[in-house]
Amino acid sequence: MTVAATAGRGLGRLYAALMNLPERPMRWAQGHLPDGRLGWLFVGPNLAIFGVFTFLPILIDFYYSGTGGTNLLPTERPWVGSENFASLTACKDYFDPNSCVRDQFWYAIWNTAKFVALQVALMLVFSLMTALVLNRKIIGRGFFRAAFFYPVLLSPVVVALIWKWVLQRDGVLNAAFVGAGMQPVEWLLGAGSAFGWTVFVSIWAHMGFYTLILLAGLQAIPADIYEAAAMDAAPPSRVFRRITLPLLMPSVLVVLVLGLIRAVQIFDEVYVLTGGGPGSATTYLVEFIYNTGFSSQVRQYGLAAAASLLLAGVLLVLTLIQLRGMRAKGDGRG
Amino acid sequence: MSIDLPLRLTLAAAAVAALGGMAATADAADIRIACYSDGNECPATKVLAERFMKDHADIHITIDEMPYKQILESVPVQLAAGNGPDIARVSDFGQVAPYQLDLTPYLPDAAYWEKAYGPVLDWMRTGPNDHGIYGLMTQLTVSAPIVDKTLFDQAGVPIPAKGATWDDWAAAALKVAKATKTPFGMAWDRSGARFSGPAISEGAKFFYSAGHPPVVDAGFKAMAAKFVKWNQDGTIDKDVWVSTGGGYRDAFEEFANGKIAVYLSGSWQLARLQKQIGDGFDWVVGDAPCGPGGCTGMPGGAGFVAFKGTKSPKEVAMFLDYLASEPVYAEWMVMTSNLPANLDLQKKKLDYKLTPAGVAAMAQFQANAATLTPLAYKLQGDAMSRPMFNASVDRISQAIAGQITLDQAYERITADVADAFAAKNKK
Amino acid sequence: MARLARMLTATRGRGRMDWTDWASYLYLILGTALMLGPVVWLALSSLKSPSGLIEFPPTLLPQEQVRVTVPNSPNPLPLYRITKGDHAGQTLAEVRKIGLQATMVDPANPDTLIRVPVDDRTKVMQFHAAWDNYGDLLQKFDFGRYLWNSVFITTVATILTLLLNSMAAFALSKYKFAGREPVFLLMLATLMIPPTIILVPNYLIAAVLGLTDNPWGVIWPAVATPTGVFLLRQYMLTLPDDLLEAARMDNASEWRIYWRIVLPLSKPALAVLAIFSVMWRWNEFLWPMVVLGRNESFTLPLALNSFQGELTTQWNYLLAMTVVTLIPVTVIFVLLQRHITQGIASAGVK
Repeated sequence: MTVAATAGRGLGRLYAALMNLPERPMRWAQGHLPDGRLGWLFVGPNLAIFGVFTFLPILIDFYYSGTGGTNLLPTERPWVGSENFASLTACKDYFDPNSCVRDQFWYAIWNTAKFVALQVALMLVFSLMTALVLNRKIIGRGFFRAAFFYPVLLSPVVVALIWKWVLQRDGVLNAAFVGAGMQPVEWLLGAGSAFGWTVFVSIWAHMGFYTLILLAGLQAIPADIYEAAAMDAAPPSRVFRRITLPLLMPSVLVVLVLGLIRAVQIFDEVYVLTGGGPGSATTYLVEFIYNTGFSSQVRQYGLAAAASLLLAGVLLVLTLIQLRGMRAKGDGRG
Repeated sequence: MSIDLPLRLTLAAAAVAALGGMAATADAADIRIACYSDGNECPATKVLAERFMKDHADIHITIDEMPYKQILESVPVQLAAGNGPDIARVSDFGQVAPYQLDLTPYLPDAAYWEKAYGPVLDWMRTGPNDHGIYGLMTQLTVSAPIVDKTLFDQAGVPIPAKGATWDDWAAAALKVAKATKTPFGMAWDRSGARFSGPAISEGAKFFYSAGHPPVVDAGFKAMAAKFVKWNQDGTIDKDVWVSTGGGYRDAFEEFANGKIAVYLSGSWQLARLQKQIGDGFDWVVGDAPCGPGGCTGMPGGAGFVAFKGTKSPKEVAMFLDYLASEPVYAEWMVMTSNLPANLDLQKKKLDYKLTPAGVAAMAQFQANAATLTPLAYKLQGDAMSRPMFNASVDRISQAIAGQITLDQAYERITADVADAFAAKNKK
Repeated sequence: MARLARMLTATRGRGRMDWTDWASYLYLILGTALMLGPVVWLALSSLKSPSGLIEFPPTLLPQEQVRVTVPNSPNPLPLYRITKGDHAGQTLAEVRKIGLQATMVDPANPDTLIRVPVDDRTKVMQFHAAWDNYGDLLQKFDFGRYLWNSVFITTVATILTLLLNSMAAFALSKYKFAGREPVFLLMLATLMIPPTIILVPNYLIAAVLGLTDNPWGVIWPAVATPTGVFLLRQYMLTLPDDLLEAARMDNASEWRIYWRIVLPLSKPALAVLAIFSVMWRWNEFLWPMVVLGRNESFTLPLALNSFQGELTTQWNYLLAMTVVTLIPVTVIFVLLQRHITQGIASAGVK
């Protein structure tokens, strides 16, 4: 008992000592700096890390995208100007990746576009439906809410492996099919099927998060409004369309923005689930960048950097459009 | 599933040695080896390293075992960034060529190396004017069809004999699969090297004039067309080439579980075959199937390559020299059930501690090694071999998946290889 | 008020459940089964032996074929029940199987060999959990090291995240200085930058700084999270300034104000951020995969992925490892579920 107590006391003293360490320098700073500047001291470390690991890389990215060759160090890379961008965008027909010089890039773009459109839309629908259901008087709501949220916590590798196990040729899904008298299906071997499953798995893994956001939004709608609707004996569908949905818009937009940003950057689960296959049916943009820069035998860092910048550009445009939409809606509200 | 005792003891000994090594003096030479095992190469190397360390107290060797894919992907990046291992077991020599260390000045008897390992030293060299010694081959492998004899017996189909063509093999495999209700007749590892053997047999020439990237030719197209057809009609297990978007994948487990009648893989699987199949079914190695270009598989193998960034080049050379000596190398080959890359040992008969099936298989592998064509050796050693293999695999997979047509695949292969060639040579 | 509350929350059919309620419960139950089912299936499968995993159709519970010791046989032999043919009804042990024919013996009469076609028999199974899968993991795959790496990175990164983000949030909420707004917006903007586009340069920077193959290479780039700063700032804005003024009157240094007043008051937000940080770091995949080259520096998800590549189909170990990787997160979830969901809810209602 005394050992623990002494240890506790020792730790306490250590903690107090550590806490007091910045005291002296802080007082010095307070003495010497004008009031406002103190803020910089506190925000400094965070900003420094941002600077080194977020802004600096972007600048370097710009440089890399103009270089060629296979060396990692910028000093050893020959300058090629806009050659990387040119080869990425060289297409006879932008809708047919096969006509492009960098066909894998364009496969990735169209795959990602299809994926984002489908996944965000379906995710929104299902999250909304679930949030609406959970908003009702449900016994065990906490349990159901937790159950829907659980997959969000799982690592993407775990998520992918779980579904890989289920979708195997001899997996439990095919067992169910065979049990029902049907033929087993090669779920991950067909292009359309594999694509569909990547959409499904990513929705499965993230839906809970958005459901919670929408649920909070629903619960924030003041009750008076519903009372007023009850006065007018409005039918439930009109209540939903005219009252619930508009008031939920801010939350819906949060879901759309976050969901879109995440969907465009999809990688982890798909990489483990299908590796981009079959062929390149489930190769999305981030995997293309990863393959080009890190896992092909001839590492083309410059090309990967150029593709990354194009991706960032697309994302920026999409987000700005959405934010403008949000602002417009906000203004409309008054 | 328990590990057999010798392996367990080895691992325990290695752990103790590693821990003990931590207490080594500060001026000990510290050598890190990045290693992957086909069967048990890394544990076997550990055993030899321990023995070496007993005689050289000032040298400490750590062996990092990791998956093949990881060495392929991470080690070159580490080397580029300047913090790679001292030695790595590598099968793609082209990728690490810029970083490799010429051991010649550090070897006590470089002439012995030239004599005993001559032909395969070329694989690590960057061109005809390069005479450096950059590492030691840990094996010589040869690709060959491995046959589930039990299934063939069941079906009453004779195993295709020496001189049979790939068409014969495909037909026989399909017949066996149907008769025994096995899911598939054949499976090939998802590897461009694996594909190249049959391609060469079918007449592919790969090289035209020096300096030009290799071209897809009539022989290559003939084999590719057959391969795609077999994948699509169920003769070959499509899953192996198509299900993964990229990268190497072998079909060993499918074969071991009796889902395939013929498995195109190679001699490095011997240890695994012995251990995992046991007497579950009878398996044998077949002769290389033939075609207009010959009856050849592909040679290959992984080697320990030394790197320039090492702080202990002398010690690295000492250790590799130790491994290269005839008695140690012979023992190493027996431990790992591998074909020796050492010319002298190839002439001798090594006493592999294998079951009768294993001994027969080893003899057959050696016979197959004898029918390798010079073109196969040249292809394996070429600096562009890996981009060529990768391009072939990726594009043919896409064709099998129906994403592109075969003709488009051919164009793409040529374009991919040209692109890689340009990127590599950009100065 | 009471009437509307009833309207909003009560069941449609005045005390009894009507079809919308049944539909709701059905939806929720099916949804829960879909969400949790695969995970349960994973856990159950991880307890099967390799031969159990090959079984198709798979059994629900881990089962193992019964084996009997038979004289003259070194190993216990698997037991089968014969369903058709000459020996229907008998329970025989298999000596050897070749293709479609099996050589079997009756355990009571081990000397007589009987040939039975493979189709005529079914296995005799019993419940058996293959804990070996987990045991071997620890022995074979250096699992303890990966676990330690993950724990180390997660713990240290979370502590640093809490410290740095709260300091920044404190500055951004309680100080007026030129550049306050731009800094805040800049931090938010970084949310929009996909980590992939800075993958290559980040690796270069990490290599130059000597952070590769090093848990610090994963920790440092990750601790300045914009989400964390945003969350804490929003919360700190609600803290009354009078408290700080009073402390300043008492001649407390800014550091003491931060450490002794602001931080303790921000505990709820800090708790949420801590949970998020643990979740993010524990599950992080792409960046660690790039920056950690040496096998021994791997975190659990990385090890899991690399074994997925290597032991392509040694599913029994893969499944066990997957289960172990998700246990810590599950435990934290079960314990802190309410905090997590509340935290996200409040973040969503910006």
